[in-house]
Amino acid sequence: MWVYEKKLQYPVRVSKCDPHMAKLLLEQYGGADGELAAALRYLNQRYTIPDKVIGLLNDIGTEEFAHLEMIATMVYKLTKDATLEQLKAAGLDPHYVNHDRALFYQNAAGDPWTATYIQAKGDPIADLYEDIAAEEKARATYQWLIDMTDDVDLQDSLKFLREREVVHSLRFREAVEILKDDRGTKKFF
Amino acid sequence: MEFSQVRVYHPFVGPFDPCPPILTKTYQTPVQLFIPFQPPNLPQFNPQEALFKGTLWPALYSPYESKWGKEQ
Repeated sequence: MWVYEKKLQYPVRVSKCDPHMAKLLLEQYGGADGELAAALRYLNQRYTIPDKVIGLLNDIGTEEFAHLEMIATMVYKLTKDATLEQLKAAGLDPHYVNHDRALFYQNAAGDPWTATYIQAKGDPIADLYEDIAAEEKARATYQWLIDMTDDVDLQDSLKFLREREVVHSLRFREAVEILKDDRGTKKFF
Repeated sequence: MEFSQVRVYHPFVGPFDPCPPILTKTYQTPVQLFIPFQPPNLPQFNPQEALFKGTLWPALYSPYESKWGKEQ
């Protein structure tokens, strides 16, 4: 179970009315390398990973949901007061006819989220290598999102999220080292 | 010397390329690539700065600046 704290992991402030940025941010909401995919991937893989690293997947998977909330907040703030004309100009009219201003798990191109984005191979090294790749891809996505806006407040929250991907990647790399169980052994060549 | 987390390369420019060439391209090589396993007792940011930066440890901090309006 989870204990919910009614606050965001990091403040989200959006200073510029830019509904098109909401469309781009959906890549991290319901995209292949987005936060939903990350959370579901790790929280599912944790059941069949060796005991030593279950806790890591549990903690990171949980944090991904906190990131998902931050992205949702950004998208909501950028669209809640947008006029129909602004939504259309932002390319969100197909979204509107299907969802009004509701959020939906889809990527920036409008493709709905699918479980085929994630994998659970059961092989601990294969799964952790996928997780490392997922973190690097999410980090890259944040970079390109930061590039696509000049709103420094939005950039600030996105930079925080990018840094978390860096830390998560390192933790998964450390998990691989733990499972290799090779540290501290003397090597003779 | 400050360790750089950005690498630079210069792609080939063809004589018949349709668009003005971008002569210098960069890519990110963040800190996690260089730390196989975090050693104990690394220096820490104070809590406020750690929240702002997204990590408790300066060694794990990877800054990134927007390219908006800065591309050649």
